[in-house]
Amino acid sequence: MPQIAQLGEFYSSQIFWLLIFFGITFFVVGRGMVPKVMDTVASRDNQIAADLKAAEAARAQADAEEASWRTRENANRASAQGTIADARAKAAAAAEQRLAVAQASIDATLAGAETRIAEARRAAADDIETVAAEATRDIVSRIAGLSLGDDAVRGAVKENLVHG
Amino acid sequence: MAAEAKLDPMHQFQLEKLAGADWNIAGYNIAFTNSALWMAIATLALIVFVAGGMKRQLVPGRWQMAVETFTGFIDGMLAANVGKNGKKYVPYIFSLFMFILFANFLGLMPLGVLGVHAFTFTSHFSATGVLAVLSFSIVLIVGFAKHKLHFFSLFVPHGTPALMIPIIFVVELISFLVRPFSLGLRLFVAMMAGHVLLEVLSSFVISGGNNGPIMFAIAGIPSFVLMVGICALELLVAGIQAYVFALLTCVYLNDAENLH
Repeated sequence: MPQIAQLGEFYSSQIFWLLIFFGITFFVVGRGMVPKVMDTVASRDNQIAADLKAAEAARAQADAEEASWRTRENANRASAQGTIADARAKAAAAAEQRLAVAQASIDATLAGAETRIAEARRAAADDIETVAAEATRDIVSRIAGLSLGDDAVRGAVKENLVHG
Repeated sequence: MAAEAKLDPMHQFQLEKLAGADWNIAGYNIAFTNSALWMAIATLALIVFVAGGMKRQLVPGRWQMAVETFTGFIDGMLAANVGKNGKKYVPYIFSLFMFILFANFLGLMPLGVLGVHAFTFTSHFSATGVLAVLSFSIVLIVGFAKHKLHFFSLFVPHGTPALMIPIIFVVELISFLVRPFSLGLRLFVAMMAGHVLLEVLSSFVISGGNNGPIMFAIAGIPSFVLMVGICALELLVAGIQAYVFALLTCVYLNDAENLH
């Protein structure tokens, strides 16, 4: 077994070179490089955490903005509805008013026409009465030879016209 | 006889001086051996690997992802075993884990095909022992620096009856002192056993082939099939042993860091 057989001859060399090369490993790799590698890992972890946090904040802000936009939108919609209802009411009122004016003028025209018709009817009735009275007096004077007073004839005609 | 010597399964653990046979520090020889060479290769490979993951991109590429997976793995292991205070041990545990992992894997590389013989220095307890003692020393230093002599209360678990304290103390002390040995020997034994097994099986394939087609069919081919499976198992063991070494160091550090 060379490990034991050669121990006396080589132990100092083994110990010396192991310490030298492990020392180099420790100081160059362990102390020199490993901290930098771990720094890289740590900074990456930090950056990922920060990015995640930023993304989370951005999402929260987006949510808040959407909520405020929704509120604004709802308010706008409500005010638009109000405006429409207002305009509709106003238009309805204006139409009603114009209708009322037209109705009034139509009513006035109707009333005037009725009055005129009534007058014409009365005038026509008078004419008919007059004609009827003259005709009656002529008939009476010719047939009966009576000469009746104007008023008597007219009264009799009026009575007959009224009672038909 | 020469053929038999070649099939010595322990030959692969032989240390050879490659340079500096006469280099000495205070009388101790520090020749540059094949073991030291593979330590150097493991170190270099590890530096290249981690350096490749230092692009520091926000969106990591494959290589960067691989390196970050390893650092994250060590970080998670320390967080789970030691807690918040464990963060400062990441460089050490990472170096330990990756150094052992690279050593184990490099030792399993099929470089023999190219005529290069991979040497697994983690199959020498003179190497794993250094790492174990290093981990154990850190535990001791941290423990005594942080808790002073109160660290000895580690050897008296909660709720021990007063009568039992002396015995329990001794038992716990022994189990504590055994830690560096078990830590170093576990890795060394696992690595050596796996390599010996592979070598023995491969010698079956070669010997079977040398003894004619019938022996090759009976012994050689099944051994080869088994070898393929064992190779996969050894790759797993290489990872597991590195993990166990790092994990146990974490557990021991937890004792020192958070005295119960």
